[in-house]
Amino acid sequence: MPMRLLMALAAILLAGLPAVSQAGGKQVAPVADPLTQKVCGECHLAFPPGFLPARSWSALMADLSDHFGEEIVLPAGQAAQIEAYLVSHAGDAPGGGGLREFMRWVAPTGIPRRITENPAFLREHDFPDRVWRDPKVVTRSNCLACHPGASRGWFDD
Amino acid sequence: MKRRYLLVLAAAAIGLPLAAIAAAGSPERAAILAEYATRARAADPGFSGFSMQRGEALFRGSFSGGDARTPSCMSCHTADPRQPGRNAKTGRPIDPVAVSVDPRRYTDAAQVDKHFARDCKSVLGRDCTALERGDYITFMAGQ
Ligand code: HEC
Ligand code: HEC
Ligand code: HEC
Repeated sequence: MPMRLLMALAAILLAGLPAVSQAGGKQVAPVADPLTQKVCGECHLAFPPGFLPARSWSALMADLSDHFGEEIVLPAGQAAQIEAYLVSHAGDAPGGGGLREFMRWVAPTGIPRRITENPAFLREHDFPDRVWRDPKVVTRSNCLACHPGASRGWFDD
Repeated sequence: MKRRYLLVLAAAAIGLPLAAIAAAGSPERAAILAEYATRARAADPGFSGFSMQRGEALFRGSFSGGDARTPSCMSCHTADPRQPGRNAKTGRPIDPVAVSVDPRRYTDAAQVDKHFARDCKSVLGRDCTALERGDYITFMAGQ
């Protein structure tokens, strides 16, 4: 058995969390804009813009007073600056960090506000309930709990 | 040195017990507490200083007015503020908030103000009063 696979298995046994596959996969363009990183990386991973279409980012940025129950208050101008960055790097942006697999599932008129409801996400993350109830995970959107390299765009190690 | 002396004078002038300055441990934290004391007195002329016990009751209390995911400060900061916590909404780890572990806690007025507004709304469904804020910092300064 290759060493890496052994270590992945050991990680499952030790941590109780599924080990992320060590093979294949490619980097997802991480957030490279410092303002977006600072503001949108405060409470959770600054999610790579390629996971949602442009209209989703616009909808999220238009509704900062009720962001999943949080109120995000920003100095004038910052919201527009962040939106411009997210939109131009969205999954459906021309030449953007397009994640084909994720965009394929977004209905032409759909405006998803969560990455974690995308069928492509759900299929990759079809784990038993006890995994999601692990106190280190808390919620599906806590990518960093299982993908330590997520801030750099790595979701396969 | 000079700044600390001025703060002591200012605190004495508004009647904040000198012991509170000693408890505050840093001039920045003392200034934040002095500001809350001024506001607490304006709200209630009978104000007679902050209380570690009331601060602990706020920290440990369970409330129903806020976000269902966070009935208590302990939901994110855990029962022991000397330990790392975890954001109950996003799962992100939080560094310890006790002053004994991190002396920089409660010294940056903007950070303190932002978190009282945000975290109290999450737990209580409203901002914390100046009295509650001062009590809470006084409790954390002793942790
Ligand atoms: C409970 C742990 C857990 C959480 C939380 C989690 N993932 Fe994963 N993810 C995994 C595992 C394990 C795999 C690998 C599945 C496999 O190899 O079949 C995976 C696979 C992926 C893949 C496919 C990687 C590849 O190259 O094949 C992507 C993309 C991904 N996750 C993104 C995310 C994002 C974005 C988040 C947060 C919104 C997230 N994950 C949250 C455990 C998790
Ligand atoms: C005050 C804290 C806070 C800040 C700041 C914040 N968020 Fe969030 N965000 C949350 C919470 C809480 C959730 C819901 C987490 C959950 O239920 O899994 C969330 C969820 C999300 C999700 C959906 C995740 C999923 O399930 O797929 C997206 C997308 C998102 N945020 C984008 C942003 C963007 C863009 C910014 C910057 C403008 C931002 N967030 C800033 C707290 C915050
Ligand atoms: C949703 C999770 C959450 C809850 C619930 C919560 N906090 Fe916090 N709190 C945080 C985070 C995150 C920080 C930032 C920690 C950091 O800077 O490392 C913080 C920091 C603070 C700070 C600033 C500390 C400093 O560095 O000076 C204060 C003050 C504070 N919280 C008060 C409270 C009070 C009072 C309550 C209960 C009424 C509470 N918190 C409940 C998440 C929470």
